[in-house]
Amino acid sequence: MRAAREAPAIRAVSSFDPEQARADFPILKQKVRGRPLVYLDSAATSQKPKCVIDAVSNYYCTTNANVHRGVHALSESATEQFEQAREKVRRFINAPRAEDIVFVRGTTEGINLVAQSLGRTRVRSGDEILISAMEHHSNIVPWQLLCESTGAVLRVAPMNEAGELLVDEFESMLGPKTRLVALAHISNALGTINPVRQLIAMAHARGIPVLLDGAQAVPHLKVDVKALDCDFYAFSGHKMFGPMGIGALFGKAEWLESMPPYQGGGDMILSVTFEKTLYNRVPYKFEAGTPDVAGAIGLGSAIDYLAGLGIEQIAAYEHELLDYATRALAAVPGVRLVGTARQKASVISFLMDDVHPHDIGTILDREGIAVRTGHHCAQPVMRQFGIDATVRASLALYNTPKDIDALVAGLEKVKEVFQ
Amino acid sequence: MSSDLRDLYQEVVVDHSRHPRNFRKIDRPDQTVQGFNPLCGDKLTLYVKFNDQVIEDISFEGSGCAISKASASMMTATTKGKTKAEAEELFRQFHTLITEGPDGPVKREQLGKLAALGGVSEFPARVKCASLAWHTLRSALEGKGEAVSTE
Repeated sequence: MRAAREAPAIRAVSSFDPEQARADFPILKQKVRGRPLVYLDSAATSQKPKCVIDAVSNYYCTTNANVHRGVHALSESATEQFEQAREKVRRFINAPRAEDIVFVRGTTEGINLVAQSLGRTRVRSGDEILISAMEHHSNIVPWQLLCESTGAVLRVAPMNEAGELLVDEFESMLGPKTRLVALAHISNALGTINPVRQLIAMAHARGIPVLLDGAQAVPHLKVDVKALDCDFYAFSGHKMFGPMGIGALFGKAEWLESMPPYQGGGDMILSVTFEKTLYNRVPYKFEAGTPDVAGAIGLGSAIDYLAGLGIEQIAAYEHELLDYATRALAAVPGVRLVGTARQKASVISFLMDDVHPHDIGTILDREGIAVRTGHHCAQPVMRQFGIDATVRASLALYNTPKDIDALVAGLEKVKEVFQ
Repeated sequence: MSSDLRDLYQEVVVDHSRHPRNFRKIDRPDQTVQGFNPLCGDKLTLYVKFNDQVIEDISFEGSGCAISKASASMMTATTKGKTKAEAEELFRQFHTLITEGPDGPVKREQLGKLAALGGVSEFPARVKCASLAWHTLRSALEGKGEAVSTE
């Protein structure tokens, strides 16, 4: 096999054992189209370990009740587990207080919450919101909606041909009119890790708050919101081995306290009369309606799982695997990598010959290999590179060099079809 | 290689995608319609010139996957000289073939060259690619001139 011959075998970098981790994920044991599943689409959504699946199932089997109301035993237990999950999230990203964690449906809702709530109170006509050229649509469109309703202007810090943010340009775009900076911690389409600590310091030097889209970062590196000093950090459970439909937004207390509610409903109120409603304290002020309790508990379980393996160990292993994959793919004739930043994590976007990514995806699928093809909800990124789409192989802790070898072998099949 | 993959990417399909027929602009077309497949980024512009009810000339430009390009190429080659009603009927039959497959009411033999795309029926995710050009043509036949999206 080409990759195995040309790239040196991955060396053991830590106590982390991917084969052992693989065994924790029931879905990876199945065959797809008669072949062992090779799952290389974790940037779209990660698979779930048995402990997370069990946590969700156990909740519904043993505990299910509504939270924060009910005096009965099940409701008390559900509330306790829900709040324990919030505490796990707090510890996971090193937030100061559990109240700084708002449960949301996912990164997208977290960003929309800030755009609508903070935006409504802080942003006026002529103000500016600064994002980067490598954002996912969910860190572009919420700000466009805000700009449309307020008359504010969306500005975009550029990146270079490798997919790296131009830091000097970014700094020069921070001005007296900038009300907020919103940036991807890691780019979903290119894998670039942004130097967020430096960027946040630049914004804070001018008194500008910063939101980070952490969707792609949390499964791959240790996030410490205190050390980063970010004002908001949004992420999704489903990309970090937790359930779909749950995510978290961290906000600094001074912001959350001063921001108006995002949605109205149950749980976010203290008292309601037709004349006046008193809002609940944070974070409940932002959690209208019955929350996804099982999802939050599942997310808590995913956090326990990651903590058990050690996120630093995972990161070190994935770094080696990304190197291996990058070398293996670069060695395939006709392959062109898109996104070659010096600091990258877990994403390899590429093109091959003149074959459209969609066709490559179909042929790989017949080999049991799952990759994402298309614009990855980052059309402006594609436009900058002058392309419509890429093939994206994205890695997680359960991937091994064997998966990469299967991908390289799959690309040979593509060449056979389009020879 | 699996047989359904070989059936999807028949030589004639790969050839049409590599060397699309009628891949050009038309001078003063009666209809210019854009088609998009947002899922995979396929986009094409279709140009049609009518002589009363007959498609006198038809061409396209754009970018997309092999299936969408080949389908657009084959569609222009097949519908040139046909009446609007004949083109509508071809689309109906073609769409049935690629969605319902060999067990459906439309057989490959009925569709001549277009039958080469019959393998799409085994790939539900690719039906949109194969039908994009045809949806765009339908908009042109209806004379609405509106952009078409498969989503």
